[in-house]
Amino acid sequence: MKLPSLRDVGTEARLLLIGIPVLIWTLVPIYHMFLFAISPKEDAFAGKLWPDHPTLHNFEIVFRQQHYFLRDFWVQFWNSVVIAVAVGALTLLVATTAAFAISRLRVPGGRVAMNLALFTYFIPAAFLAVPMYRTMGNYGLLNSHWALILAMVTIASPYAIWVLKQASDKLPIELDEAAIMDGATPLQLFRLVYVPLMMPSLVAIGTYALLLAWNEYLYAFLLLSKDTDITLPVALGNFLAADDSPWELLMTTGFIYALPPAAIYYVFKRYMVGGLTAGAVKS
Amino acid sequence: MATLTVATTDETVARGPRAPRLTTPQVWGIALLSPYILVFIAFVVYPVGYGLWLARHPASYVALYHDPIFARAAVNTLIFLVIGINFKMLVALFLSGFFIQERRWIKWLSVLFILPWAVPSIPTILSVRFMFNPEWGVINQLIFKFTGDDGPNWLNDPAVALTMAIGVHIWKSLPFWTLILITGRLAIAQDLFEAAAVDGASGWQKFRYVTWPSMRTLYVTCTLLSMIWTLGDFNSVYLLTGGGPADLTHVLATLGIRYLRLDQLDLAMAAIVCALPLVLPLVYFMMKRLSR
Repeated sequence: MKLPSLRDVGTEARLLLIGIPVLIWTLVPIYHMFLFAISPKEDAFAGKLWPDHPTLHNFEIVFRQQHYFLRDFWVQFWNSVVIAVAVGALTLLVATTAAFAISRLRVPGGRVAMNLALFTYFIPAAFLAVPMYRTMGNYGLLNSHWALILAMVTIASPYAIWVLKQASDKLPIELDEAAIMDGATPLQLFRLVYVPLMMPSLVAIGTYALLLAWNEYLYAFLLLSKDTDITLPVALGNFLAADDSPWELLMTTGFIYALPPAAIYYVFKRYMVGGLTAGAVKS
Repeated sequence: MATLTVATTDETVARGPRAPRLTTPQVWGIALLSPYILVFIAFVVYPVGYGLWLARHPASYVALYHDPIFARAAVNTLIFLVIGINFKMLVALFLSGFFIQERRWIKWLSVLFILPWAVPSIPTILSVRFMFNPEWGVINQLIFKFTGDDGPNWLNDPAVALTMAIGVHIWKSLPFWTLILITGRLAIAQDLFEAAAVDGASGWQKFRYVTWPSMRTLYVTCTLLSMIWTLGDFNSVYLLTGGGPADLTHVLATLGIRYLRLDQLDLAMAAIVCALPLVLPLVYFMMKRLSR
């Protein structure tokens, strides 16, 4: 081992000069939320950077629903779970079949369908929100979970189809030919060849759709209204309705709500980064 | 529907090989594509058509033209896109160069750096909102502790409030774009840099003549994509400022919802239609680029 030269120290110092502000910038809002979650009310509002008596009492209040704003916490948590899982599953179904049809079966009009999907992908979701709200009203789906599920599937599937199509195009065509020689029907080809080979991309896309639905605020807030129907993010937004909102409880609920997606993200990071950025970089 | 299509084709097959017909895989293709087509018709074609139909009255546009909040929202949106996004992408380009340095601590930092992208935006935006609360927020508490003065009423100043909304947006999406640009940087052949080093190129020259030419297309694509998506960024503004103070920090994404709340649906749609001349060329450009 040799001693670092002055030049190396200089480089290292400059890197730290970038790294430390980046670290602070990244963590401050999250740390602030965490701090509120573990602080008793008095400490939280006293501007302390670490509470004198850190406590898990706030979590207890949330889990036992012991506050006016939290009386439907578990129902809302469950709503979020059901909707996220349903969106993940339905998006996978719709997008996988579509990508298979376009990429492997070369269905007539597949290219047009792909372009239409891409077009939807680029329309900002907030622009579609107002007409979508009225459409769900016309279909009689307002205030039903199906409204949110179908809206989120609509928003998630274009990107899902595009990513899956890119991935399927890379599978060698000989595989399909061999399977067809062996007498496989297109459905068998789909079930026995295509889906197993596409597993990594399917995991990525399922996770993508699931997280998209779990994190969605605008559509959930427009399409659902009853306290026992809404999802957690909408419940969090509703805290703002009162001036004397219990911030420490809001931040605790927010922290609980943020944990599952963060955990899922880090667990599936390998798939997410490989599967999802590959498409964006190809330009 | 699927079975129906299959049945009709079997008849065509029976009629003889010369007639133009669909092969079995194609029939299956149509059947497998149909779920998405149904979703597309029911939840894209119908709402878009309905929205355009609602926005058909010229009177709506006159009303918008006379609404100072609309003009303000349009200006805010442009500031958000032109200044906010370009600043964000420059920072992302810079940070992508930082994160490809091979150090153990930078690896760890990059894991933490993804957090804002991995956690949902609602709780963190609310966290920032409370941090800047004039009376009880931690920022003003600290200002009071150290100076004895009351801190400013941050979110009550439209310029500060909009800047902070842009800041929240950047906080949330910077990791994603940095990650993409890192992938772009790592795709550059290493021997180009070695050759440049042999020729005695400085750090800036390496960036200017090696990195930038290889990254330019990706960078422009990312910037345009980020602009389109940011047009739909409802949360950063709505949950931080609620469009206030005095409706001065609205952007187009929140304005539509404001009109919806006021039961002026035609105005909501007209406001979105007004943004289309800006959006559609960008969308067309991106489609050309990605559909290859």
